Amino acid sequence: AAAMSVNADLRRERAAATFQPELLTHILDGGPERTRRRKEIEALVLNDPDFQHEDLNFLSRSQRYEQAIRKSSLMVMKLREYGIADPEEIYWFKSFVHRGRPEPLDLHLGMFLPTLLTQATPEQQDRFFMPAWNLEIIGTYAQTEMGHGTHLRGLETTATYDPSTQEFILNSPTVTSIKWWPGGLGKTSNHAIVLAQLYTQGQCKGLHAFIVPIRQLGTHEPLPGITVGDIGPKFGYDEMDNGYLKMDNFRIPRENMLMKYAQVEPDGTYVKPVSDKLTYGTMVFIRSLIVGDSARSLSRACTIAIRYSAVRHQSELKPGEPEPQILDYQTQQYKLFPLLATAYAFHFVGAYIKATYHRINGDISKGDLSELPELHALTAGLKAFTSWTANAGIEECRMACGGHGYSRCSGIPDIYVTFTPSCTYEGENTVMMLQTARFLMKSYTQVTSGQQVSGMVSYLNDLSRQRIQPQHVAARTVTVRINDPASLVEAYKSRAARLVESAAKNLQAELTHRNSKEDAWNRTSVDLVRASEAHCHYVVVKLFTAKLAEVGDAAVRAVLTDLCLLYALFGISRNAGDFLQAGILTGAQITQVNQHVKELLAVIRPNAVALVDSFDFHDVHLGSVLGRYDGNVYENMFEWAKKSPLNKTQVHESFHKHLKPMQAKL
Amino acid sequence: SVNPDLAGERQTASFSVEKLTALLDGGAEQTRIRRAVVEAIESDPVFSRENQYFQTQNERYEAAVRKAVHLQKKMHEMGWTDNGPEYKYIYRALSGDVAFLLHRVFMRSISVLGSDKQIAKWMPLATQHKLIGSYAQTELGHGTYLQGLETTAVFDTATQEFILNTPKISAMKWWPGDMGRSATHTVAFAQLYIHGKCYGIHPFIVQIRSLQDHSLCPGITAGDIGPKMSFEHADNGYLLLKNVRVPRENMLSKFCEVRPDGTYVRQGSQQINYFTMTTVRISLISDEVLTPFMKACTIAIRYSVVRRQSKLKPGEQEAKILDYQTQQEKLLPQLAAAYAFHFTNDYLQELFNRGYREIQRKNFDMLPELHALSSGFKAMITQHCTAGVEICLRACGGHGYSLLSGLPSLYTKIIASCIYEGENTILLLQTARFLIKCFMAASAGQPVPPSVTYLAAVKHGKCPAKNKLDFLSPDIYTEAYQHVAVRLTSSTAAKLQDLIQSGVKKHDAWNQCTVQLVQAAKAHCHYIAVKNFAETVEKLETKAGIQKIMKHLCDLFALHGIFSNTGAFLHDGYTSGAQMDMVTASYLDLLAVIRKDAVPLVDAFDFTDQGLNSALGSYDGQVYQRLYEWAQKSPTNQMSPAYERYLKPLLHNTLSKL
Repeated sequence: AAAMSVNADLRRERAAATFQPELLTHILDGGPERTRRRKEIEALVLNDPDFQHEDLNFLSRSQRYEQAIRKSSLMVMKLREYGIADPEEIYWFKSFVHRGRPEPLDLHLGMFLPTLLTQATPEQQDRFFMPAWNLEIIGTYAQTEMGHGTHLRGLETTATYDPSTQEFILNSPTVTSIKWWPGGLGKTSNHAIVLAQLYTQGQCKGLHAFIVPIRQLGTHEPLPGITVGDIGPKFGYDEMDNGYLKMDNFRIPRENMLMKYAQVEPDGTYVKPVSDKLTYGTMVFIRSLIVGDSARSLSRACTIAIRYSAVRHQSELKPGEPEPQILDYQTQQYKLFPLLATAYAFHFVGAYIKATYHRINGDISKGDLSELPELHALTAGLKAFTSWTANAGIEECRMACGGHGYSRCSGIPDIYVTFTPSCTYEGENTVMMLQTARFLMKSYTQVTSGQQVSGMVSYLNDLSRQRIQPQHVAARTVTVRINDPASLVEAYKSRAARLVESAAKNLQAELTHRNSKEDAWNRTSVDLVRASEAHCHYVVVKLFTAKLAEVGDAAVRAVLTDLCLLYALFGISRNAGDFLQAGILTGAQITQVNQHVKELLAVIRPNAVALVDSFDFHDVHLGSVLGRYDGNVYENMFEWAKKSPLNKTQVHESFHKHLKPMQAKL
Repeated sequence: SVNPDLAGERQTASFSVEKLTALLDGGAEQTRIRRAVVEAIESDPVFSRENQYFQTQNERYEAAVRKAVHLQKKMHEMGWTDNGPEYKYIYRALSGDVAFLLHRVFMRSISVLGSDKQIAKWMPLATQHKLIGSYAQTELGHGTYLQGLETTAVFDTATQEFILNTPKISAMKWWPGDMGRSATHTVAFAQLYIHGKCYGIHPFIVQIRSLQDHSLCPGITAGDIGPKMSFEHADNGYLLLKNVRVPRENMLSKFCEVRPDGTYVRQGSQQINYFTMTTVRISLISDEVLTPFMKACTIAIRYSVVRRQSKLKPGEQEAKILDYQTQQEKLLPQLAAAYAFHFTNDYLQELFNRGYREIQRKNFDMLPELHALSSGFKAMITQHCTAGVEICLRACGGHGYSLLSGLPSLYTKIIASCIYEGENTILLLQTARFLIKCFMAASAGQPVPPSVTYLAAVKHGKCPAKNKLDFLSPDIYTEAYQHVAVRLTSSTAAKLQDLIQSGVKKHDAWNQCTVQLVQAAKAHCHYIAVKNFAETVEKLETKAGIQKIMKHLCDLFALHGIFSNTGAFLHDGYTSGAQMDMVTASYLDLLAVIRKDAVPLVDAFDFTDQGLNSALGSYDGQVYQRLYEWAQKSPTNQMSPAYERYLKPLLHNTLSKL
């Protein structure tokens, strides 16, 4: 029923672009071949009738879970049928099947199987891996408890070794120790890898991982001693059965503890693992995925908001003329274009971390762990920095769509509720920022004690030099060139150095007043978070700027340079106080920065639609009536609304049940 | 029993919670009435919200209709009337989860815009629910910009009727509440045409559904607009009109009338229309914005003293998360803002009442100021509180994400307030227009309304603070805010002038300055809010510790605003870098001071557990137990057909048969 031709406004926008969007898509994908393959896999899913279904917005939670399980089962089968085995290709396939949403087998595929591979002994792999690979065993990863999340040491579940039967006895001794939140735990899984405090020979040996069967194979009924269920409705994640798990004297054989590293011998003797830095690797990997996810989620929201803003006409700019596209209003550009620039910035940051991880991972397998602490600290901060920014950005995009953004047909509410938990999971953001701060403080201490530091924090080395030449910072004031990304990187560097130093000094001052280190740390934590944010902000500007040099096509490089400048200058404008207080920029320069931001908005305006087209989201994946590629928004909103459950009958049953009796009585 | 962690917090309150509650309510008698209403509503099972998080859109809608119908009975039983003192507490007690809210807007439109004759005809029918009304203004293609609406009403002299049409898809009415399924009538806004000439937007009463069987009237297409981010209980609707005829008497005609021969007559002032919008904008602040914001603060702060995580001192018990500075920095400024905006709302109400009295005396002088302040504050408060609720949500970690925390629903609901009754950016630009006009007038020595006289007194100088304690002086920070507001307004005005003098067209110049104009409007509102809070604190009684704690909150509100926007204060050197460090130091000190009273300060909002509807925020702090028990009632814990249909074949490795 929908009109098929592309909306005239969008056609005009695309014709006016100064660059070829496909070339930019290739850069985002990592080369034309990757783009081709991605689209090939996308087509496999989109053309497959098995993966079609009703609009999820109209389904209840149980129905959405059911659809997700149905698709997940088919997905596993078809991945094997098509022989797709490359992790990135699996990721594409999965995200097209589930349209960017979570699914009940996420934890099985993403945590249970990999954990078996990395932490199980060969014997354990023999027992569990093939059944799990064939989905006779579906597992989840049960770490978080009702009372404890990011602070792992506080977990309360216990696993007590009983040498007489050679079993571990698992218990959830308090309400707060009930496992809470693990995905796929509520209804789907029959096994879980449970993290518990290990007790043997009367001593607590800290957290260890155990393979625990939770449901009867065959009947899927919970096993005796196991209480398991769904934790109820959430903000989003409707298709995921996040669950709870309570264990009462539940016994598992000794061989069910994952013993590749730490071990408990039959008599209860505990054998320590070699290094605990190894677990950093997994965390770095998952957090780097969140950085990429921040970029993608924000890109989707930007695509919707920018296309819609080119289609929507409202009010008047010039008396007597037709209503302008809302994208022509400066306030609308000011809302959306900095976010567009941010989405690009985060794409490049995500790609950088992934590449760095793979590079370092090679060293790790050779036993070289030297670069891991810095990468760990950096990804913790960047995970927080990008997810906070994207989270707020998605909401801004939604609000920039006015009332219609609030309808679920816009797709943005769904992007938001799906994305927002990433500010909390895999390490709560404030705690992540403080971990980065700890690394920054350590590096600062090294520098002040005369050592050199390397990597992203090497700018701290300059601090000791500045002490010798006190005019150094002041001298920099006049040298910032607001048209030059490289010069702006220097400005961000100075800001980070200043905030790191100021936090370090405040921490030092607190330490002389307080007797407890923790107390001093806590009283400085607001400063510390600010320092980490400034550090991450610097890293993002630096990586974005570095990317420009790699771009071959001149037209694409030009448009990316505009975005990079906008990203950097907008950040200065928003954090002007930091740059003023540190004497990096003067009030007059800030006024110039503000002015230049506005000029850049006008420069980017003609390329805005092409820049979101370059993200190359298929309409099905985008899931938005407002963001459709063809821009036929209003017709399709009407078509969509007609399918609403409230419209199933012409007269709603409430009329007969409630309204009519009332009218009769009054 | 009350969780000892929470009980301990209450024993050390530095002020009387009951006295503060009375202050918020406007007197102990008001508190008593409010509690009686809440008690009556909450003890009635029909109004229970316990299952709402588990319900589908259809179920929520049905429950809301049922409640609305039941409420009529309840009001009758209790002897509550629409004009009685209890009335304003009913909505709060129901937490807004009830149908027919637009029915009230329908009635208000008739009483404000209708002639005496129309009021006499329609009001009794509406009051007795013989019909159910709605208010159809917004269209698919147009919202805040009313002149752009496309629905037409053409007067037909031959039959003495108006012919209403939604001539294209974007003209379709879209969003009006109660219209998708419930309403039988609506006030539809349309461009009036007489003899081919357009007279602009006018309101018409249109019947859309049969009073007998509720079927749609001829020429009408209407339905629900589908699921939204929240408001599942409300049937926001669409409406297509195809040659729908209504009699001449159905145009609401207090201010404009179409005579039988097609003569158009305007009577009274058009400005009065502004007054209606002002009324709505001010009235929504309390119920739709401050109440959910205060609830979110209550939930997050109570939970933050029950939740223990990690250790602050080695060897000690894990610390309450509210003892972490970063957690205080998230939540306590929200608490301060909740109080600040409560007093801002009082200020606006008072101004409004004064304006209303003047208007009744046919004096419209106060309208522009009232319009500017209500627009600006609607935008500022909705934006701040929306962001604040989200901060509260995320400050509760993973559990905040559960619907059972109550926070997602508060968030998705409050966030709509940034758009409805005027999109915030547009409202701030309206305030800015007023500011620029007044600034020009003041510069030329002409008189300006009281709230903007400060624009005339541009002072050049520096912030006189010498140490961090100086920043606890309201004169010091109020003046800093004033300085920023003046600077942003005057520099934007100068920029506008420059552009125009350099030959840029006026409207282009305006668009090129809109980012700055928005900032100026925000600075103005922020200044008024700080100044009003400081003045209110000064007038409070010194007994029972109330004034002291309010002074702390006022200081925190002001310093948090500076701390979060240092650039504006440093820009022209009014505040120095060294002074900014003093601001930060004082600000962080205040967090520790207010921390001690955080729980009593949210207790004073006096929400019941049913009102909060949150596993995390209950008065007794039995968070984990409640979460566990409530989750088990989730419908997802009934055996799902998904197992037999999909999981079983999957687990039994019979995938190929699927």
